[in-house]
Amino acid sequence: MYQFSSKLKITAIALMVIGLIGIIIGFVSAPSTQAEVAEILAHQEAGHGAHGDAHATKEVAHHDAHAETTHKEEAHAHGHDAHAAAGHKEETHAEGHGDHHLEHVLHQLQNKPWAAFYVALFFFTFVTIVVFAFLNIQRVAQAGWSIVLFRVMEGISGFLPYVSAIFIIFVILTAFGANHLFVWMGEGVTDPESANFDQLIANKEGWLNVPRWLICSLVYLVGWNVFRFLNRKYSLLQDTAGNLTNYTKNYKLGVAFLGFFIFTESMSVWDWIMGIDPHWFSTLFGWYVLATFLVCAVTIIAMVTVYLKSKGYLEVVNDSHLHDLGKFMFGFSIFWTYLWFAQFMLIWYADMPEETVYYIQRFEDYKWIFLGMIPLNFILPVLMLVNSDFKRIPQIVLGVGSIILLGHYIDVFIMIMPGTVGDQWGFGITEIASILFFLGLFIYAVFTTISKAPLIAKGNPFLHESEHFHY
Amino acid sequence: MSTNKVIHALYNDDDVLMDAVKTVKGANHHIEEVFTPFPVHGLDKLLGLPQTRLAICAFLYGLCGLSFAIWMTNYMMIENWPQDIGGKPNFSWWLNMPAFVPIMFELTVFFAAHLMVITFYMRSRLWPFKEAENPDPRTTDDIFLMEIPVHDNEEELTALLSTTNAVEIKVIEKH
Repeated sequence: MYQFSSKLKITAIALMVIGLIGIIIGFVSAPSTQAEVAEILAHQEAGHGAHGDAHATKEVAHHDAHAETTHKEEAHAHGHDAHAAAGHKEETHAEGHGDHHLEHVLHQLQNKPWAAFYVALFFFTFVTIVVFAFLNIQRVAQAGWSIVLFRVMEGISGFLPYVSAIFIIFVILTAFGANHLFVWMGEGVTDPESANFDQLIANKEGWLNVPRWLICSLVYLVGWNVFRFLNRKYSLLQDTAGNLTNYTKNYKLGVAFLGFFIFTESMSVWDWIMGIDPHWFSTLFGWYVLATFLVCAVTIIAMVTVYLKSKGYLEVVNDSHLHDLGKFMFGFSIFWTYLWFAQFMLIWYADMPEETVYYIQRFEDYKWIFLGMIPLNFILPVLMLVNSDFKRIPQIVLGVGSIILLGHYIDVFIMIMPGTVGDQWGFGITEIASILFFLGLFIYAVFTTISKAPLIAKGNPFLHESEHFHY
Repeated sequence: MSTNKVIHALYNDDDVLMDAVKTVKGANHHIEEVFTPFPVHGLDKLLGLPQTRLAICAFLYGLCGLSFAIWMTNYMMIENWPQDIGGKPNFSWWLNMPAFVPIMFELTVFFAAHLMVITFYMRSRLWPFKEAENPDPRTTDDIFLMEIPVHDNEEELTALLSTTNAVEIKVIEKH
């Protein structure tokens, strides 16, 4: 039995407290009026001026005089720059450009703490549910090698109820208009009489409406938790059972879960991520996000395993098990790159405005972190894990794992941020605090779950094979 | 006392073979060769064979394929016969690079795979019309064969091997 050390517990609680403080700071310091936004924008302009740009200096002078019309001039002055996308959007509306832009930026800045929180929430929820899916794949495939890692995977899945509870609160708050993360939830978007009317969103009203969104979101989250609860229950019962009834039940449950999951995974990703850019669509988006989280899930399993092993637990886990996890990290990294590039190349080649707008925004406002994902998520993992011996060295797996988690966190960041905060993004207190909060909660929940059951699922009929697994 | 006398011990299961190899190695006898119908995981380590360098070759072949693909797409699509495909004129290789990525990927795999197989055949001294070297044709079907050279210890070896669940043990004069 694993003992949750008090040192780790205190670290986890400290991370949660620091994270919570940072998140609150983010929400409190978000601007609430257009005047504050005008001031923030003026500061940003002054920042440009300091670089010795004559245009910018001129604009700052204008800015002081008529704050609300400045942006229009600036959009003209810079032509193709980051504001062009926003400027284009404004042109579709008849009334006051300046006011409308300020309102737009105000919404973006108010979204910022919500979006920062949401990136971390979504990342940790999906890592957890995909670890659970990975566990079920092992069960359904009747894999022999991984039985000694089942309790680690179950432990990580133990985070699901915690993070789902937060997610449900978040979903309900969003559905009742606490934030502006989803533009299609905006007022009058589907009303032809309204100034906010948007034909493209109105066409999709059958899917993009709040009641359907809320009900589906709850179905996904509650459904996943029911499967996880039953899976854990039968797994623990099997430890002391004299026959294989519980094992068979878990096998059937796994089949049902994987069927349920492959649909709900895609649909939840459309609802929670693709809906942020409601004009845009990609038919392989569900797979792409699944690939992202498969890499992260296997990495997290490897990291927790290495940690437990370094503390003297999991004696039967040998370097062949680590080697197999390393192979999955390597393979899924390539799989992610394949889907990431396939999605990009088709849109790049077809060159249709409603599709390319998604990438134009990423190339203009997020260029370096967007392109930085290629070395982080593809080149480094491939070069560092291609060697057979390297996959067996815990330090290398931890190092590459950290790179992978960073790269895929950026991936999720770039999925959510452009559609919610646009060019007003940053990586400040709230963004870091959100990660710390969920990391603390993750450590607390996962190691509490692991400490509640023996580390080896001794009732599993394939346990012997797993213990003697050698490559 | 001839030194080209060998013992052939035949097995019908890879796990039994692995245990037998452990036993023979444990008694400090040299195993000349093991013939198996399929690759047995971990056998190379048990036999103490040096690690294969084929993987390094494969990596270098892949790099060759990648370089070849870059040169080929540049020569064909940019220099020799530039075209305007889908509103994307082929003025520069870099701007059209996304379109060439599948080609670069495929040629990397093609070069690595084919050259690796050829290298493997050459290193294993396999070529068309070559006479088979395996001492017993059953090793291409379902039998595992362990070959141990005899140095005046025929009885000792036979006794040892008979404890390892071998299905057949025979002493052969090698030419």
